[in-house]
Amino acid sequence: MTDQKPFVDIRHAKKSYGTLEVLKDISLQVHRGEIVAIIGPSGSGKSTLLRAINDLDPLSGGEIWLEDTQVNMDLPHRQYEKHINEVRQNIGMVFQHFNLFPHLTVRENITLAPKLLKGINDAEANKLAEEQLAKVGMLERIDYYPSQLSGGQKQRVAIARALAMKPKVMLFDEATSALDPELVEEVNQVMKALAEEHMTMIIVTHEMGFAESVCDRVLFMDQGVVVEEGPPSVIFRNPQNERTRNFLRKHLADANK
Amino acid sequence: MGLDFSVIPKYLDVVMMGAVWTVAITVAAALLSFFGGIVFAVIALYAPKFVRLPFRAFEWLFMGTPLLLQLFLIYFGLVQIGIDLPAFVAGVIGLGLHFAVYNSELIQTAILAVDKGQMEAARTLGLSRGQALKKVVVPQAVRDVIPPIGNNMIALLKDSALVSVIGVSELTLSAQLAIGRTYRPFEFYVLAAVFYYIINLGMEAVLRRIERKVQAAR
Amino acid sequence: MDVELMLKVYPFFLKAAWVTIQLSVLTTILGLICGSLGAAARLSRLRILRIVGAAYVSFIRGTPALIQLFILYFGGPQVGIQLDAFEAGVIGLGVNIGAYMTETIRGAIIAIDKGQAEAARTLGMSRYQSMRYVILPQAARLMIRPLGVNINALIKGTALVAAISVIELTYTAQRYIGSTYKPFEMFFISGVLYMIIIYVTGRGIAWLDRRARIV
Repeated sequence: MTDQKPFVDIRHAKKSYGTLEVLKDISLQVHRGEIVAIIGPSGSGKSTLLRAINDLDPLSGGEIWLEDTQVNMDLPHRQYEKHINEVRQNIGMVFQHFNLFPHLTVRENITLAPKLLKGINDAEANKLAEEQLAKVGMLERIDYYPSQLSGGQKQRVAIARALAMKPKVMLFDEATSALDPELVEEVNQVMKALAEEHMTMIIVTHEMGFAESVCDRVLFMDQGVVVEEGPPSVIFRNPQNERTRNFLRKHLADANK
Repeated sequence: MGLDFSVIPKYLDVVMMGAVWTVAITVAAALLSFFGGIVFAVIALYAPKFVRLPFRAFEWLFMGTPLLLQLFLIYFGLVQIGIDLPAFVAGVIGLGLHFAVYNSELIQTAILAVDKGQMEAARTLGLSRGQALKKVVVPQAVRDVIPPIGNNMIALLKDSALVSVIGVSELTLSAQLAIGRTYRPFEFYVLAAVFYYIINLGMEAVLRRIERKVQAAR
Repeated sequence: MDVELMLKVYPFFLKAAWVTIQLSVLTTILGLICGSLGAAARLSRLRILRIVGAAYVSFIRGTPALIQLFILYFGGPQVGIQLDAFEAGVIGLGVNIGAYMTETIRGAIIAIDKGQAEAARTLGMSRYQSMRYVILPQAARLMIRPLGVNINALIKGTALVAAISVIELTYTAQRYIGSTYKPFEMFFISGVLYMIIIYVTGRGIAWLDRRARIV
């Protein structure tokens, strides 16, 4: 796998707000089918890095590449808009707070973007919605409004909505952090199923157990730098860096409270 | 002089015809003010600066002056620059634009209140800013302000009486017509008031139904 | 823009603006009186007063101010009410805005009433005392801003009396549009004057609102 060209390639990513440096020269290569978890304390820059991948939070310096396309290309406004809208169709994203469209039904949430951007007709769109919902076990709620769903159900629909665009890579921004503990597992199951299909995924998470069981590689970030990275067995069982050890110890203590 | 309501039946059909016109002008102006309000709100928030600033001035002017004055301007002003609109059309435009500005204020506030994550989610799916506004942000904003927009529509119905002064033969002018023949202002203005009240009740009922429908889609 | 013409006619507009200001002030006073009485009636323990208050609000708000003005001015003489146009304007508009102010004042009182009245009553105050010493002082502060919105509408609403030939700003603008065929210029002068009146009033209300908050 490693002899291939990287699928997602982050080169020297830098980001600052005024004098505050949030990302300090971060590079990360993710290969096709690889599943990478990013962990770290809040304010470490992990969400910022994730949101830079589809240019939601543009970098101050550095490059993001998806296969042979540079994501954060420097283009005149109009051309950039066209470019980024095309790129983003290949990058699915799932948010902490779901961000389902409350004025649309589950079905409409899923079909909105494919209909607008891929020009598919109603029948195709419906079929697509049904397929994706079946995948996340939400088919029976197809004509519900988001307000009628639980948090876990909302997040499963949000995943189906992202998958309906047939993305090449999926970004998860603390997808289970806003959920009640008993609802976390149903979302984890969906993500595990995606992992088994070898979807390329980059996951910002607080769920260490999940990261350990699903991911190929774990990055520990703190204060805008990658402190340590490696396979989950090393990062979680035998971390080399003092900061990683402190973080995991504190996290474990919090989790046991 | 006293009161004599027995004169009413003879002119009832004239006044009722006026009531029909009042409903027509109200519906037409309400639609213009609703869609105009959405367009105005998007312009006021997202148009380039050289459009936005003059537009804000226009909004400010419309909100700071009486509707009656605006009606005179539109009706006589357009004639002066060579556009001779029928009074009905001038009335619809005047009423519609006036209330579009008020609706726009409501919608602007609501657009700014829509959760930032909605725009983000739409953009990550690949929608352009315009598509995201049109399909995701603006519909939610409009839905949130349906009740106050409804109040504006009720105000619009009552202000539609003003277009009588530029010669639209709606309810008020029809009553005046009957008064011209009978010299019975009290009776016919009260009759007109009764019609307005009934239309008002009907409109409130319709608006409540719309609100309930919109409420269901939450 | 015909500036020369504007300079020639603006003194007439200033005079007319003074009439608009007088109308606005008197209408505000009458509106506040009607609004207070209306709110008192709507919140009364007497059913009949509540019905009268509700009917006042419903009929006034359910029909156009212009029609109300016409009934009073043109229909009044038939029932023995003789008013000149200015008087009819003040009374008609005052009674009209009073219905809207009724709802503003009532809304503010209800907003305060909930917890505060119970607290006052447990201290042994009568209903009147709790209203007078506890509810109203707080509600008064709360209603300044929404009453300001009513007054803003009222100032623009004074234009209606142009339809019964009171020589105020809108009537003057209309007359000069007719005689000069310069609608934009006339609109501009009267529009600026309206906006000055509304702006100054708005500042006054904001000042009152700030003061009421400090106290």
